[in-house]
Amino acid sequence: MATAEADVPTAALKVERGKKAPQFKGRDRWVFYAMVGIPTGLHVLLVWVPTVGSIFLSFTDWKGIRFSDITWVGLRNYNQIFTVFEKDFFQALINNTVLLVFLFLGPTLFGMFLAYSLDKSIKGTRLYQSVFYTPVVLSLAVVGFMWQSVIYSTENGLATQLFGGGEPVDWLGNQSFLISFGDTYGISKNFAAILIAIAWRHAGYIMVLYLAGLKSVDNSLKEAASIDGANEWQTFRLVTFPTLKPINVVVAVITVIEALRAFDIIFVLNTPRKTEVLSILTTNNLLGEGGGNVGRGSAYATILFLLCLGFVIWYVTNHYKSTEEGAES
Amino acid sequence: MTTTTQLPAQPKAPVKPGRILLYVFLTLTALVWLVPIVGAVFSSFRPFSETVRDGYISFPDTLTLDNYKNAWNQGDILRKYWNTWLILAPALVLTLFFSSMVAFAASRYSWKFNIFFLVLFTAGNLLPQQIIIQPLFQMYNRVELPSFLSNSGKLNGSTWGLILIHVAFQSGFCTFVLSNYMKLLPKSLNEAARIDGAGVWTLYWQIIMPLTRPALAALATLEFTWIYNDFFWAVVLEQQGADRPITSSLANLGGEFFTDDNLIAAASVYVALPTIVVYLALQKQFIAGLTLGADKG
Repeated sequence: MATAEADVPTAALKVERGKKAPQFKGRDRWVFYAMVGIPTGLHVLLVWVPTVGSIFLSFTDWKGIRFSDITWVGLRNYNQIFTVFEKDFFQALINNTVLLVFLFLGPTLFGMFLAYSLDKSIKGTRLYQSVFYTPVVLSLAVVGFMWQSVIYSTENGLATQLFGGGEPVDWLGNQSFLISFGDTYGISKNFAAILIAIAWRHAGYIMVLYLAGLKSVDNSLKEAASIDGANEWQTFRLVTFPTLKPINVVVAVITVIEALRAFDIIFVLNTPRKTEVLSILTTNNLLGEGGGNVGRGSAYATILFLLCLGFVIWYVTNHYKSTEEGAES
Repeated sequence: MTTTTQLPAQPKAPVKPGRILLYVFLTLTALVWLVPIVGAVFSSFRPFSETVRDGYISFPDTLTLDNYKNAWNQGDILRKYWNTWLILAPALVLTLFFSSMVAFAASRYSWKFNIFFLVLFTAGNLLPQQIIIQPLFQMYNRVELPSFLSNSGKLNGSTWGLILIHVAFQSGFCTFVLSNYMKLLPKSLNEAARIDGAGVWTLYWQIIMPLTRPALAALATLEFTWIYNDFFWAVVLEQQGADRPITSSLANLGGEFFTDDNLIAAASVYVALPTIVVYLALQKQFIAGLTLGADKG
């Protein structure tokens, strides 16, 4: 104890300097370790260990019974995914991609446009914001449930009444392609119906993020641009949009991750086929009839992981590089 | 007693047609946006037979609470709310507690691995849950719990399992947001605490945490909704229908109990209500939470 006390002055100086571990006297050190260690331990154990576990298990044919049954099968699961389950896999991959592109071109741009409109000192802007944002607080599962009963009900849903021409329309069951890519793949009509419901929720999310960003745009820049003769579109493109870069990055990440994570609404609507996404394929190998196929499920999970890895790395380096620079200067 | 001063008529700027168009656009869009929610509420008060006869867009003959009564009983809604609460309350408190500690250590002290820890949590928060689920499920299946802690005798299928995964997964986002926030608090606070002889814990709990309250409030509101809205974890890790929290019980409510659309609408209202109430009551915190996360690109 006595020696620890004696170290204090120099230790105290070291904390503020350099990047060495902060040095504390006796008790404080353990407090510090516990504060970092316990939460990190839980996070690593339940998030990162399983992630690495998925990658490892994807090279095995484990059925989830005993550890001693784990046998290494190399790339067999991947091979099967690309041959035997080719149709399911590529349709799911297409659906994820369609969802991603659709989210960007549809609700993301629309949400940005809503934010831009609401930023023009609109009367009752709070009310509009609340309306557009309310769907965002609902889970996609309940969004699916709601749309199923109100909008897409085959016999008397609102969509049927408005666009059905007096005939029942099976919005969520129609597997025929709205747009087809070749004979086997395409965007099915029931998937398109789900996309609309997802868009309803996504647009408000994006709107809130951009509204916050737009508030921080310097008005004098915009004025200067308009004095220089720029029209509204030019001002937006050349002045406003570039200053929104941090928000753009966040929105891009959120949209990509949402597109890869999508699960609830598709699961809850339980439409027969053609609406599967990768997350559903992963889970199908765990629950229900296909249950217990840990190896193949993990292979789907690993593919999903590789797809989002690039974005995660890009975002994290982007963020912490700028933080580092900020801290150093 | 009102004192209205008659101001000389201000020279009004002429209303541009563009602005009228903008209002028309916003109002129409807002009305369209409300359709699914208003539609669900509206049809939930009507007998299904009437909707079938007259269609969704029709003047109601009868307004009734029958759908709510039936949904409440058949869906066992009270129990599902209670299940949710048992998971939500501890998960929320622990998430904020754990992530604030890591955020504090990583943002208030300069040490070798602080960026590493922040990257770990930030990246963890961006992973899709399905990447984790297979090994997690197997892990949970192998942890035995005494029967008074878990109906299934395992971590799998227990409230504890769900609490733990929520804390582990959500602490990614919260650590990220809180460290951004704590970093902006004056550096001199550390200095002053040290001179006063205050230890690490005192600095954290009595000085930094009270100053972080706005961020904690914002996060609490946001996390309330996110944990409440969880569907995936509970569907996989809590497979006993009766023990499921409310959002994930939607997975079986649809087919098993609810035969007509108006009953489904009433059930949706039950599920949606808590988050909408929290959102409307704490709108400011809510939006602050989201934008805190987006503040620093």
